[in-house]
Amino acid sequence: MPDPISRVTGVAFDPSWFASQAVNTPAAERRAATLTTRRTVKKDHQAAWLCKAISLIDLTTLSGDDTQARVQRLCAKARQPLRPDIAAALGVEGLTVGAVCVYPTMVPHAVRALAGSGIPVASVATGFPAGLMPLDLRLAEIRWAVDQGAHEIDIVITREHALTGNWAALYDEIAAMREACGDAHMKAILATGELKTLTNVYAASMVAMQAGADFIKTSTGKEEVNATLPVSLTMCRAIRDYRARTGQIVGFKPAGGLKTAKDAMAWLILMREELGLRWMQPDLFRFGASSMLADIERQLEHHITGRYSAAHRHPLA
Amino acid sequence: MSKVREIMETMEYGPAPESNAEVLDWLRRTPAVGHFINGAFVNEGDLADVINPANGAVLTQMHKADAAQVDAAVAAARAAFPGWSALPGHQRARYLYAIARAVQKRERFLSVLESMDNGKTVRETRDIDIPLVARHFYHHAGWAELLETEFPGHTAVGVCGQVIPWNFPLLMLAWKVAPALAAGNTVVLKPADLTPLTAHALAEICVEIGLPAGVLNLVQGNGETGAWLAGHPDVDKVAFTGSTEVGRVIRRQIAGSGKKLSLELGGKSPFIVFEDADLDAAIEGVVDAIWFNQGEVCCAGSRILVQEGIAPRFFDRLRDRMETLRIGDPLDKCNDIGAVVSAGQLARINGLLAQGQAEGGTLHRAGAQMPTTGSFCAPGFFTDVAPASTVVQQEIFGPVAVAMTFRHPDEAVQMANDTRYGLAASVWSENIGKAIDVASRVKAGVVWINATNIFDAGAAFGGMRESGFGREGGREGMREYLVPAWLKQGAARPDAAVSWDPAPTPKAAAQPASSGVDITARHWIGGKFTRADGGQSASVRGATGDVLGQAAIGNRKDIRNAVEAAAKAGGWGGVTAHNRAQVLYFLAENLDQRRGEFADLIAASTGQDGAAEVDAAIRRAFWNAAQADKFDGTVRATKTAHVTLHINEPWGVMGVVCPDEAPLLGMVSLMLPALAMGNRVVCVPSQAAPLVAARFMQVLAVSDLPAGAVNIVTGPRDALARTLADHDEVAALWYCGSAAGSAMVETAAAGNLKATWADHGRMRDWADPAQGQGEAYLRAAVQVKTIWLPYGA
Repeated sequence: MPDPISRVTGVAFDPSWFASQAVNTPAAERRAATLTTRRTVKKDHQAAWLCKAISLIDLTTLSGDDTQARVQRLCAKARQPLRPDIAAALGVEGLTVGAVCVYPTMVPHAVRALAGSGIPVASVATGFPAGLMPLDLRLAEIRWAVDQGAHEIDIVITREHALTGNWAALYDEIAAMREACGDAHMKAILATGELKTLTNVYAASMVAMQAGADFIKTSTGKEEVNATLPVSLTMCRAIRDYRARTGQIVGFKPAGGLKTAKDAMAWLILMREELGLRWMQPDLFRFGASSMLADIERQLEHHITGRYSAAHRHPLA
Repeated sequence: MSKVREIMETMEYGPAPESNAEVLDWLRRTPAVGHFINGAFVNEGDLADVINPANGAVLTQMHKADAAQVDAAVAAARAAFPGWSALPGHQRARYLYAIARAVQKRERFLSVLESMDNGKTVRETRDIDIPLVARHFYHHAGWAELLETEFPGHTAVGVCGQVIPWNFPLLMLAWKVAPALAAGNTVVLKPADLTPLTAHALAEICVEIGLPAGVLNLVQGNGETGAWLAGHPDVDKVAFTGSTEVGRVIRRQIAGSGKKLSLELGGKSPFIVFEDADLDAAIEGVVDAIWFNQGEVCCAGSRILVQEGIAPRFFDRLRDRMETLRIGDPLDKCNDIGAVVSAGQLARINGLLAQGQAEGGTLHRAGAQMPTTGSFCAPGFFTDVAPASTVVQQEIFGPVAVAMTFRHPDEAVQMANDTRYGLAASVWSENIGKAIDVASRVKAGVVWINATNIFDAGAAFGGMRESGFGREGGREGMREYLVPAWLKQGAARPDAAVSWDPAPTPKAAAQPASSGVDITARHWIGGKFTRADGGQSASVRGATGDVLGQAAIGNRKDIRNAVEAAAKAGGWGGVTAHNRAQVLYFLAENLDQRRGEFADLIAASTGQDGAAEVDAAIRRAFWNAAQADKFDGTVRATKTAHVTLHINEPWGVMGVVCPDEAPLLGMVSLMLPALAMGNRVVCVPSQAAPLVAARFMQVLAVSDLPAGAVNIVTGPRDALARTLADHDEVAALWYCGSAAGSAMVETAAAGNLKATWADHGRMRDWADPAQGQGEAYLRAAVQVKTIWLPYGA
């Protein structure tokens, strides 16, 4: 494992860090589009990258019909994301996902199911996914989830603050949430599909980092548009700029819409190219995904056998 | 630890080679590439190795064409021309469509072959070169289909001799061949001797799709072969892409031959970054500009100009970005930069880099791992250089840019334009008003705003200044391969009996054409009647031999003064088109008021119907005035979410040298379209009847033209034309005189590679609107600037 990083502390609110930063959308789209045409990973390297991707997944269920049993099943998959014979053939026995991500009331089930595994439990909070609840209730929700054993809290921001340019209010809100998290690491979900412009995404990223977010995260998975490469590129660049100004290192989590092994490769390439190797470790990068793992499993089986695999050959998450 | 576990620690990309097995098979079956003449492959001439610059391996061999093969190829093209040009456009469209389809079906084969031959990465050949080749043939299949309706009154030029460079071998072939064939021409093309292979493969495709024999011919060889082709007496049109130096040689070589010429030459294109730009976007722009195709790109943004306040930050980021570039095996799909085309080119680049450092420049170089064999060049950029530095002046044609700073937009434009070249420019700013302002002021044929190196078959590409003339792509590109039907038909112009003898003519008393006092014939320079610099005048005789008066004898210095006055009158191009139209209408009105005296003078001077000529001249003035605000640029459908503007920009200072005949009508036919489009004009009027021009100066004097917008210098035509052709401030020159004079003008024009339009001593019927006015004149009075503006909220 790489050297641990010291935890983000945040800084005082300073709009000059983003106020004049316009993001050129066509240029960002062009860079995003060519990232995966400039780089490709084949054979053993591809298998290794896909295994690495598994270790970076926040295996997620965020549905209204989640139950204890559903969460237990997910946690079992988190402990053993690859069929044992596949893991053995690749020499990656003991590989687990990065975390399990659930709604607050599912946290106790997840904590029990993952006991002894070392896999952290992440909980969404703050009135996920819309976040339109009184602030004190949202903060209370964070504290409750942490109390129940969540190691990581994925908060949502008030989109209204971003869309109306009320960045100071956004800063105050996120800073309060960070405080409520205590030792739990906080991921700030920007709901970028609702912020619409990359310039908004950059500004919201910078405000969240100034307010002390440990991670910035694209989406709840509930917006019309979730993680995209141009949005992720913009957030990565904000992370890079924030580091250049403060020396503090913030993580990144794309979430929503990531369904294939190809998606996993694309985002890993993005991280390697724009932020570097250090951001390919679970303390600084996570995929928020549920169905992506199944596709990776099929690809890895194919890598071993040379035969194309089928979903039903792999245990359900 | 398992291999997979190990890689999970390093997260290296690992090798990702594109298979070249099929190409190696093809190379084994092709022990040598030769010529493609009249539908057959001809293996004649000395052999040379074709080398893969990435590893030094000999791929195959190439025959060098001698004069005999060039003759045979041109003869085949000539023989095929009548049939090919007579085909309905639809039939030619079918062939071009078939080539496009065939290229698409062979996309991977061609991508790998191109990569091995040139050294460029397969990522680029796969994603850029070959798709653009297919797009170009598709687009021009469309032009072939539409030719009769879109270009009425035009015919194919004839046999085209085309010489292309090694940096985009198949793409440059497509740019040359597709429009030529679409327009009904036949072609002899010479690929670069360093990269002959994809052209050979394309010839095989032509056989495969059944292209009629002789329509497209290839001759392989070096510069000598190219010179034979360009100079071949039976070639009607020469198209060349390559260095400015060779372009100049070709211009001189074919001067006076009557061959149509287009040149796409070198560049040192500015890449301008304002402090309000998206800097990360601009950094990637540099990657796509100078670190694209190993920097072997004529339009590469090789002069990075950064606003001073952000320069340190920008250069830091550029250094960081350089470190993530991957250099190596061009067939590895994970590499950004392949090999430069040859060991010789690498040596040339290294020589320039050494000189840049010796002159005090700081060279920042990527520390990436480099292959130990092959012609690889690490990417980099210079700082601590100034406009006077060699590396700032000269095209490096390698993956190394030069970087300088500016203080404000005016200085950015000034520095951007401080070059002999004018091919392309890239402007980075999130302020749209500023970006378009700078785009409009930069001297470049192509300007990308917040982007760089974007191409499309429907967009014009080509240079200003010493980057050449002519455009490739779109409607403009088609015009390079078409001529107005009337242009080929004119009779030879007889030599006029003119004498610029300054001695008095006591035996021939002046017979003023209209009664009145003697006129003091002077030049019209800078809005003033000026005496001849030499202080001399010559008697001018009319049609009957009588002396009609005296005209000033212009010399070099009069032309110098006139050009200087024109250069200062830059405001004329900036006034509204409506305003220019008004001035031209007013000029027509003033001419109309004096129709009688002009009619008399013309009749006395030429013996022709003066009244008819004056009427025609007034109508011509109206026509050109009307066009001033109607000959518009266009917006093209190129790529999604890209506005692609084509703007008709005036040349600046134009010279027009008028025919002996039709002293008024010929002059206004040439002068007024130039003025209408916003040029300033230095006019050498009819040397046979200069008094008409002398009187016309009085019309100019009352027509609200700003000083210097029009200047007239009377005198011996070819001596004055020579000075205009030699003058570096004159950007375009039209010449209606003798065949020898045309040759002289075209030769001298090679100096600054000014665009010329010479009639080679063939007269046209000035009174016929089809010949004396029209789009041909307006197009020749402007150069197209293509501005790309990708958009997205």
